[in-house]
Amino acid sequence: MALLEIDNLNRHFGGLHAVNNVSFSVEQGMIKAVIGPNGAGKTTLFNLIAGNLPANSGTVNFNSTKINGRKPYQIARLGISRTYQNIKLFHGMTALENVMLGRHIRSKAGFMAGMLNLPWTWPEEKQIKDRSMEYLDLLGVADCADIEVSNLAFGQQRGVEFARALATEPTLLLLDEPAAGLNIYETAEIGRLISKIRESGITILLVEHDMSLVMDISDEIVVLSFGEKIAEDLPHNIQQNEEVIRIYLGYEDV
Amino acid sequence: MDLWKRYIPVLFLLALVVAVQLITHFTETSYYLTQLTMSAYYSVVVIGLCVLMGYGGQISLGHAGFFAIGGYLAGALTTHSLLPIKSHGLVAFLHKIGLLVASKDLYGGDLLTVEPWAACIVAVFTAGIIALAIGGPVLKLKGHYLAMATLGFGIIIFRIALASAYFGEADGISGVPSFKLLPGLEVSGSFGARVLNYYIAWMVVIMGIILLLNLIHSRVGRALRSIHGAEEAANAMGVNTARYKLYIFVLSAVFAALAGVLVTHYNGGIGPSEAGVMKSVRYVAIVAVGGMANLWGALIMGIVLNFLSLRGVFGSYDDAVFGVILIVIMLFAPEGILNINPWQRLKSLFSLLAAKPGENTTE
Repeated sequence: MALLEIDNLNRHFGGLHAVNNVSFSVEQGMIKAVIGPNGAGKTTLFNLIAGNLPANSGTVNFNSTKINGRKPYQIARLGISRTYQNIKLFHGMTALENVMLGRHIRSKAGFMAGMLNLPWTWPEEKQIKDRSMEYLDLLGVADCADIEVSNLAFGQQRGVEFARALATEPTLLLLDEPAAGLNIYETAEIGRLISKIRESGITILLVEHDMSLVMDISDEIVVLSFGEKIAEDLPHNIQQNEEVIRIYLGYEDV
Repeated sequence: MDLWKRYIPVLFLLALVVAVQLITHFTETSYYLTQLTMSAYYSVVVIGLCVLMGYGGQISLGHAGFFAIGGYLAGALTTHSLLPIKSHGLVAFLHKIGLLVASKDLYGGDLLTVEPWAACIVAVFTAGIIALAIGGPVLKLKGHYLAMATLGFGIIIFRIALASAYFGEADGISGVPSFKLLPGLEVSGSFGARVLNYYIAWMVVIMGIILLLNLIHSRVGRALRSIHGAEEAANAMGVNTARYKLYIFVLSAVFAALAGVLVTHYNGGIGPSEAGVMKSVRYVAIVAVGGMANLWGALIMGIVLNFLSLRGVFGSYDDAVFGVILIVIMLFAPEGILNINPWQRLKSLFSLLAAKPGENTTE
C-alpha cells in the first residue's frame, strides 16, 4: 500500500477544471515531484491534499485512511506537513517561536496549564525550545532564532519555514516550490537538504518549476497540464516524453 | 531566567501600587483612590480584550456587553428580593443550602437576595456561556464582519438592559450590597473601605495580568499568536484555530464579566451606559493605544485614560475623546503610542519636508 494515494481527484472553480480526474500514488520513502506549466493545477492539488480546499469528487488516502473532507489541522496531526510557495510565516513572532509552533502537535500543555504556568509544563516547554533550535540549526538559520521573521532575508525565511514544517515530525512533507526565488547556489543547497530529509525517512511530494532540481532529486515525476495528468514516470523518461516536451516548449511544427 | 523577566514588571507594578497609595495618604489626596480603583477594574476588561485582539487577532466591539452581563446579573440577583416567591421550590432549596441571604432595605423592609459569591459565579458563568454560544458562529467571520457582528451583540445587550424592568430600564440597578470576598475583605464603595478596595482591585488586576502573561508565553499562547500571524499556516501546523479563537473569546468575556461584577458591587449599582456601544469602542481604543499585542501597554493606557475620564478631564466630550484617540492612533501610530520612536518620527517628518523643496521657497 502506498503512503499517499490520490484517486480520480476533481476540483473545479466555476467552469475551470483545476484538477481533472488526477490519480497517482506516492510510495513510502520516495521523493515525488509534480511539474507542469503555470495554471496546471499543482497548487490546487496541494491544497486538496492538505485539506485547504474540499474536492468535488475523488479520494485522497493517507496511510490507508481517507483524508479528504478532514480539516487541515486534523490532516496535520496525521503526519502531513507543508511549506508554501509564497512563504507563510507567523509575523510578529521570532524565528524560534515560528518553529516552536511546529512542535504544537507534539506537545500537550493546555489552556489552564498555560495560564497557571504549571510546573509540569516547564520540561515540555524546554523540550519544545531545544528541539526547535535543533531544526533551526539543521537549516543553518540558528543565528536568526531571536529575530522577528519579517526582518529576515528571503532565503532565511524559507529556511525557517522548512524548519517549522520539519519540527512537526511529518511522515509526508509537501513542498510547494521550495526553490522559488532562490539563486542557483541556494537551489543546489535546497536540493541537498531535500535528499537529506528523505534519508531521515520522510516521504516528500514537491511542486517545482526548477527542472534541474526536479530531475536531480526526484525518484518519480507527475506532469500536470490544464488540470490533467499527462505523464507519470522516472525523471529520465520524462525528459524524453514528447508530450511533456510539447507542453513545455510548444509545438514543433509550424 | 525567562520567568524572572516575565514577572519583574509585575513586581514593579506592585511597588507602584503601594507607592501611589502611600503618596495619596501623605499628601491627603486619597480621594484619587476611588477613580484608581475603578480604573483598575476597567483595566481588567482591557487586558482581556488585549489578548483577544492583539494576540488572537480577533476584534470585539461588544465587550461592554459582557461587562454588563456580569454587572447587571450580579446587581439584580443581589438586589431583587425573592421573598414574594419564597414558597417556590427552587427558592426554598437555595435558601436551605445557604445561597440566599436575608437583609433589610433602606426603609427597613425585609429582603431575601442571592449571596454575592453565588451571584458572581452565576453572572460570570452566564457571560461565559453566552460568549461560547455566540462565539461559535461569529468567530467564523473576519475583519469588519466580525466587528459588525460583535457590535450587534453589544447593541442587543444594551437594549435589553434599557428595556427590561428587571434590569431597571433607564435607571439601572442601585442599592447593590457589598461583596464579602473573604471575612474582612469586602468590595464596597463605603468611605472607610477605600484603601482596602484599592488594594483588592489591584490584586485582581495583578492576578489577571499574571494569568494572561503566562498564557501568552505558553504553548497555547503561541498558537493564538500564530493565528494572528497566518491563520492558514497555523491550521497546517495542527492548530485547531477555530477552537482557540473561541477559547480566547470566552476568556476575555469572563474577564469583562468579572470586572462588571466587581464594579457593580463597588459602585453599589450599574446603569445602562455601562452596556453602551461607546464603552465597547472605548475598550477597543485603549487596546489600540496600548499597542494591540502589548499587555502592559494596554494596562497602562487602561489606567491612564480611564483615570482621566473618571476624573472628568475630558468633560462632556468624553466619548468624543476616545473616538479621536482611535482615529489618531490608527493614522499615526498603529503600533500604539508606547512604540513610537519620537526621534524616528521627527526625522521622517523632516525628510518629508526636505523632499518638497519647491514648497518651502513659496513661503
